[in-house]
Amino acid sequence: MADTRKGRKMKHIISALVQNKPGVLAHVAGMFAARAFNIDSLAVGRTDDPQMSRMTIVVIGDDKVVEQVRKQLAKIVDVVKIQDFSGKEVIARDLMLICVHLPPEKRSEILALAELFKAEVVDIGQKVVMIEFAGPEEKIEAFIEACRPYGIKNMVRTGTIAMAKFNQANGSESQ
Amino acid sequence: MKEKPSKGASARSSSNLPIKLGSEIIVDTLIEQGVDTMFGYLGGVVLPLFDKLYDAPINFIIPRHEQGGAHMADGYARASGKVGCVVATSGPGACNLTTGIANAMMDSVPMVAITGQVRTSLIGNDAFQEADTTGITRPITKHNMIVKDVKDLQPAIREAFFIAKTGRPGPVLVDIPVDIEVTQCQMTPFNGVDLPGYKPKAKGHHRQISMAAEAINKSEKPVLYVGGGVISANASDELRAFALKANLPVTMTLLGLGAYDQTRPESLDMLGMHGTAYANYAVQECDLMIAVGARFDDRVTGKVKTFAPHAKIIHIDVDPSSISKNISADIPVVGDAKYILTELTKEVQSRARKEWFSKIADWKKRFPLRYDTKSPNIKPQYVIEQIWEATKDRAIIVTGVGQHQMWAGQFYKHTRPRHFITSGGLGTMGFGLPAAIGAQVAKPDALVIDIDGDSSFNMTMGEICTAVQYELPVKVCIINNGCMGMVRQWQQLFYGKRYSKSSLQNPEFAAVAEAFGAVGITVDKKSEVKSAIDKMLKEKRPCVVDFKVEREENVWPMVPAGKSLEEMDGLDIFESMA
Repeated sequence: MADTRKGRKMKHIISALVQNKPGVLAHVAGMFAARAFNIDSLAVGRTDDPQMSRMTIVVIGDDKVVEQVRKQLAKIVDVVKIQDFSGKEVIARDLMLICVHLPPEKRSEILALAELFKAEVVDIGQKVVMIEFAGPEEKIEAFIEACRPYGIKNMVRTGTIAMAKFNQANGSESQ
Repeated sequence: MKEKPSKGASARSSSNLPIKLGSEIIVDTLIEQGVDTMFGYLGGVVLPLFDKLYDAPINFIIPRHEQGGAHMADGYARASGKVGCVVATSGPGACNLTTGIANAMMDSVPMVAITGQVRTSLIGNDAFQEADTTGITRPITKHNMIVKDVKDLQPAIREAFFIAKTGRPGPVLVDIPVDIEVTQCQMTPFNGVDLPGYKPKAKGHHRQISMAAEAINKSEKPVLYVGGGVISANASDELRAFALKANLPVTMTLLGLGAYDQTRPESLDMLGMHGTAYANYAVQECDLMIAVGARFDDRVTGKVKTFAPHAKIIHIDVDPSSISKNISADIPVVGDAKYILTELTKEVQSRARKEWFSKIADWKKRFPLRYDTKSPNIKPQYVIEQIWEATKDRAIIVTGVGQHQMWAGQFYKHTRPRHFITSGGLGTMGFGLPAAIGAQVAKPDALVIDIDGDSSFNMTMGEICTAVQYELPVKVCIINNGCMGMVRQWQQLFYGKRYSKSSLQNPEFAAVAEAFGAVGITVDKKSEVKSAIDKMLKEKRPCVVDFKVEREENVWPMVPAGKSLEEMDGLDIFESMA
């Protein structure tokens, strides 16, 4: 039957438990490139088990693309478990460090802005302030926009990490 | 995750197994995994390994180029159903394997490639003959690994074989630095492998199988579409029982040829770009398509949007990522074809489907594969038909890639699994001869015929020397049209007959064969075709027959790339010959 599934391109969060071995990140990244999947962000870190790492991947695509991403990830031998958070309630967070220009006359204004967002000032230089901010993506984006008029000197983000909320059957799925 | 018993320190100290050199461990583990035949080429960093192979009970074949070695391991695996094993040195050796590995990946052939690597302390230093082998081969292997600690060597080789042959088979590469080969380690007992991220599903979901059976029982116009997965699963007998009980017409992909006996009336032969008209019409009209071990390749589907437009799709495959990749499946069944077909057979009922079968019979009558049999020239199809007449179903047919490959698919009747060996997914010119050598090694008493093209043969013909050295009586039939036939066909049809660079000067192939120590025969008259084939079949040595066929013959029917299956060209040519 002709493929009639129509999908909207949107962001999907996929979490992959992988073996902590050399080459796994290259394998995952290479697979995304080879199959022309579009990665929005990729965050990797250790887990409580030293032999396992967790990758959180944000992919842009329709349902069909995300289904293929999930299956192709599952096919990689060192990938142990995949969770697709599409359509699930999740807690998703991003961590950002942002450096904003800090002219003396704007100093109190910028610091008040940070406080308003519950962001933390982690370093202050002569003409610049470094602010740490963690939160859901919309808040991060809002904070960036709020900082933009003062002049963003530099910024770095970890990419999204996420977990499913408890009050639902989570979408975990083993291969 | 729990530590693997085979890797654990306690398991090591408690075992009474001997301490051996890495190179000995490799050989012992290969033998433990059932390897009795290997292909491969020497080089600096694999010398310790080859030293241990010197008196190992392994039949070792040295190709003339590592690519040939990989194709030989591939042909060996397809003919025997066992894992093909190939070895190469670091750098250029490993790089030369890549075409053969990619070919095995695309066609799901179980293979283990072992490559030497520069010593661990030099990795990343641009050392002599260093290449990032695992980096290069990552996208073309099912899995690969580099062994940086001799303790990991034995588990790595065991995992490689397990991964290569289970689930959807494929090539696995193990890269072994030379210092690991000369370091000692205690052997460990084999207790299976434990891979938390790799659990191939063998059984299909029963509810899905029942849904599939129900859809089949309801269908008025079903088509069974069979791919190479049925052959890898050794499920041809189960397929036949299923098709006969449910009364289904059967069409096959290029790689599926041999899975179902083409001399049976319900066979629709090959479908797709160069498939038969009756197969393509049946697909476009069917109300149910049962795909088994096939992946809806673009050469099969043509334009995806209009492929099998009236059909519900049942897709049976061991690889979940093949399902709904190109065509959305209505009833997916993930698992081993042998198991699922057995279960499905229990639940299906026979239905006459008289109308459907009479329609198919009508298409078969109106649009059989044809060529100009009255031509005084040697038609390539005539040669292949004569090879079929002379050998019937006793030959293992291997091919190169191009027009001759399509004609070998169309005009030879494939009746048994593992008797048609061809490069489908990757379309690797030069595959034919080395793969035929591999098949002959696997089946020393079989009649192995490489139906090859002149351009394909040119790419790897140095391997004739290998066949001569190891007294492997492969037969090569060159369908010699003096050009890259399929390229020429596309240039004729789609590039206004501008035959850009598609013509190469060939040597006298028969003379080349003789120089290599094989038998060479040249055929330039139609009347000599039969006698040349008879002479070839009587020959005990490797034999090359150069058939000088008509240059401008085309493969018909043809669905131009991106068109719907029913939009076949060439049917008018068939009708004019009727």
